[in-house]
Amino acid sequence: MNVRLRYFAWVRERVGKPEETVEIPASVATVGDLMTWLASRGEEYAYAFENRNVIRAAINQSHVRPETAIKGAEEIAFFPPMTGG
Amino acid sequence: MTPTVRLQREPFDAGVEAAKLAHARDDVGALITFTGVCRGTENGEPIAALTLEHYPDMAEAEIARHAAEAANRWSLLGLTVIHRYGRIEPGENIVLVVTASSHREAAFAAAEFLMDYLKTRAPFWKQVETASGKSWIAAKAADDAAAGRWEVRRREHEAAE
Repeated sequence: MNVRLRYFAWVRERVGKPEETVEIPASVATVGDLMTWLASRGEEYAYAFENRNVIRAAINQSHVRPETAIKGAEEIAFFPPMTGG
Repeated sequence: MTPTVRLQREPFDAGVEAAKLAHARDDVGALITFTGVCRGTENGEPIAALTLEHYPDMAEAEIARHAAEAANRWSLLGLTVIHRYGRIEPGENIVLVVTASSHREAAFAAAEFLMDYLKTRAPFWKQVETASGKSWIAAKAADDAAAGRWEVRRREHEAAE
C-alpha cells in the first residue's frame, strides 16, 4: 500500500523531512504497527519513534488511536501532543 | 449561523471581528471575545518569540468541526475563530474566539469549550525561542483535563436524553 506520510514538530525534526510517500508492507495493519515498522527503518526513525506513547497520529486528517487500522489510508500524520491556542 | 474559521499568518483585530458579529442586528445580547496573547516569558525565562507550526488542512477541518459542534450545543447567533501560525513575538495576538448569543451563558460556555479544544486537539505546535536556543513547548496535563470535562458533560447530556 502506497501512503503519504507527514511529520510535524519534533517528529519532523527527528525524521529529518516533513513528508514522504512509502510502500507499506501488508503485514502492517494498525497505526501502532506502522510506528514499529517505521522505527526499524533507520537511526533517525528509531529516534523519532523511540517513545511511541507520546506520539499522536491522524489518518486522512482525523485523529486516530494506535489500534486504528490503516487500511485505505491515503495520508497518515505523526506528531507530538498539540500545543495550540 | 455559519461559523467563520480562519488560519492566517497576519495579526487580527479582535474589535473589528467582534463588531462584525453584532453588526446590523438587534438580537445579540452577549458578545464574548477571547484573545490569546504571546507572553514575554516561559517558565520564568524571557522569550524572543514563539513559532507556531501547523498541519494546514487538518487544522482547518478540526477547528471547523468543533465550531460546528459548538453551534450545535449552544444557541449562538455568531461564531468566529482565528488562529495564527508562523513567528509571533511577545505581546502579539495568537488566537481569537468570538461568540455571540442572546444571553451570556451560551456565549461564555461556547467560547470556553472552543478554547479548551483548540489547546488539545487542533494540530498546532509551539516552539519557543530564547537566548539559549529553540525548544518545543510540552503539552500540559491541565489543558487535557480542561478539554476532558466537556466530554464528561457531553456523556451526561447524552445519558439524560
